[in-house]
Amino acid sequence: MAREHFSIFSIMREAWRGHSGWTPTWRDAAPKPEYDVVIIGGGGHGLATAYYLARTFGITNVAVVEKGWIGGGNVGRNTTIVRSNYLLPGNIPFYELSMKLWEGLEQDINYNAMVSQRGVLNLYHSDSQRDAYVRRGNAMRLHGVDAELLDQAAVRRMVPFLNFDNARFPIHGGLLQRRGGTVRHDAVAWGYARAASLRGVDIIQNCEVTGFRRDSDRVIGVETSRGFIGAKQIGMAVAGNTSRVAAMAGLRLPIESHVLQAFVSESIKPFIDGVVTFGAGHFYISQSDKGGLVFGGDIDGYNSYAQRGNFPVVEDVCEGGMALMPRIGRIRLLRQWGGIMDMSMDGSPIIDRTPVAGLYLNAGWCYGGFKATPASGMCFAHLMARDEPHAVATAYRLNRFRTGHAIDEKGMGPQPNLH
Amino acid sequence: MRITCPYCGNRSLDEFLYHGDAEPQRPDATADNAMDAFVSYAFERTNPPGQHHELWYHEAGCHAWLVVTRHVSTHAISSVDIARDLAKARTPNTAGRA
Ligand SMILES: Cc1cc2nc3c(=O)[nH]c(=O)nc-3n(C[C@H](O)[C@H](O)[C@H](O)COP(=O)(O)OP(=O)(O)OC[C@H]3O[C@@H](n4cnc5c(N)ncnc54)[C@H](O)[C@@H]3O)c2cc1C
Ligand SMILES: [Zn+2]
Repeated sequence: MAREHFSIFSIMREAWRGHSGWTPTWRDAAPKPEYDVVIIGGGGHGLATAYYLARTFGITNVAVVEKGWIGGGNVGRNTTIVRSNYLLPGNIPFYELSMKLWEGLEQDINYNAMVSQRGVLNLYHSDSQRDAYVRRGNAMRLHGVDAELLDQAAVRRMVPFLNFDNARFPIHGGLLQRRGGTVRHDAVAWGYARAASLRGVDIIQNCEVTGFRRDSDRVIGVETSRGFIGAKQIGMAVAGNTSRVAAMAGLRLPIESHVLQAFVSESIKPFIDGVVTFGAGHFYISQSDKGGLVFGGDIDGYNSYAQRGNFPVVEDVCEGGMALMPRIGRIRLLRQWGGIMDMSMDGSPIIDRTPVAGLYLNAGWCYGGFKATPASGMCFAHLMARDEPHAVATAYRLNRFRTGHAIDEKGMGPQPNLH
Repeated sequence: MRITCPYCGNRSLDEFLYHGDAEPQRPDATADNAMDAFVSYAFERTNPPGQHHELWYHEAGCHAWLVVTRHVSTHAISSVDIARDLAKARTPNTAGRA
């Protein structure tokens, strides 16, 4: 198994040897009878949790059980945008911790995740939208997060080819977070898997959790397609399948599963060097290092467990793109797909204990959980290791809907398809 | 995915607005367990992977509220009912009033 340290020297050595010496990136383990901690779900959040349990909290007798292959879920389906431009106090410190962890991730896990702080620019098209961005930018700066308000001239200098004088939605300016950007999503899954595996974590693929075994009111393990696995603590990090897995423990959660689509065009020469979001419709775009334009828009808007969407949203996204940058009209679409997201009732996540002793919940990431991956892993590991929430995740409680402490960034109320 | 409205016939998805799970019913505010019942009504959802009864509003058509039964993993629709008829059937004592 992989013990080598990745560096410029290891890459040069392998180049000379015709790349014949690379070994598997992580150890594909078979389940042991029992672990201290079992994490359900080998997505970004599950793998990051296992890594921080081992690295930060010294808990290495850990398994990540994944029903398919790691990286096959949303961690490998998202549009790779990372940012910490939130508004509410419950959210900003959490997403900023995530941004800081991204900034040091590659050195920490010794893996090239292609963290690229190319900037995230949110455009505004009216005075009221500018005021809302001023407020958001100020909230960010009060929390020590970088934010810059750009006027139209400044946006023109950055992205001159936008449709500035659109009759209905002229572009007046934008809110820019320069530290935001993109990260290679698959590499995040592989990098965390490798780093966790090197510290002794078992990554068990093709292993679906089908039930929980209990001793009175405490969970003592999971039933899986590869047999029973005992555990002192169990963490759920199954994104779009959260309600399904939680139901096996008798829980009914404030979550709906919805489909979000994403699109990639054929490769073209360097065109857009940052992330740009349209403020009048829902459309966002960046360009991958391979040259494809990566873009998306709104969720389809109805409950779905099908990892594919419908045409009205395809049309809507393309219309948004054409309104914002008409010159993309002649580029051909290469691929399009969908992922199932755990939409919470206030649009914010949950990292908490459950009413079932020994069972912990990490869910409600909506369409924005990729950027959260490092902080989610760190905070979930903290919760399970110390049995108390991490300082930046104290607002992410499961009972906040009952107590009236919902964290509703968009002010939409309990209507998941509007967040 | 297309929806067959009982009034308007088979129509494109973008004529409709979605309003979520049709199962939760507004609880009795005077009951002893009203707090639990309202938390569950407003926030908790079964969110099943199979058959789902859900509210759709025919916005660009007849403006009727519909209860659609759909398999959420295949998008196959097995029935479309008019929400008003179901509501009347559930509370027969108000049937004559509407
Ligand atoms: C199209 C799209 C675009 C997105 N764009 C962005 C973006 O630009 N920026 C951003 O921040 N976020 C984005 N997101 C959201 C982000 O991808 C998710 O919030 C995040 O990846 C979810 O966490 P995860 O990586 O752990 O999920 P996943 O990778 O989905 O991991 C969950 C895993 O649990 C496994 N599992 C489920 N049930 C079981 C079971 N019973 N037993 C064992 N394993 C099970 C699944 O197979 C899966 O691998 C996007 C999502 C989509 C779909
Ligand atoms: Zn109709």
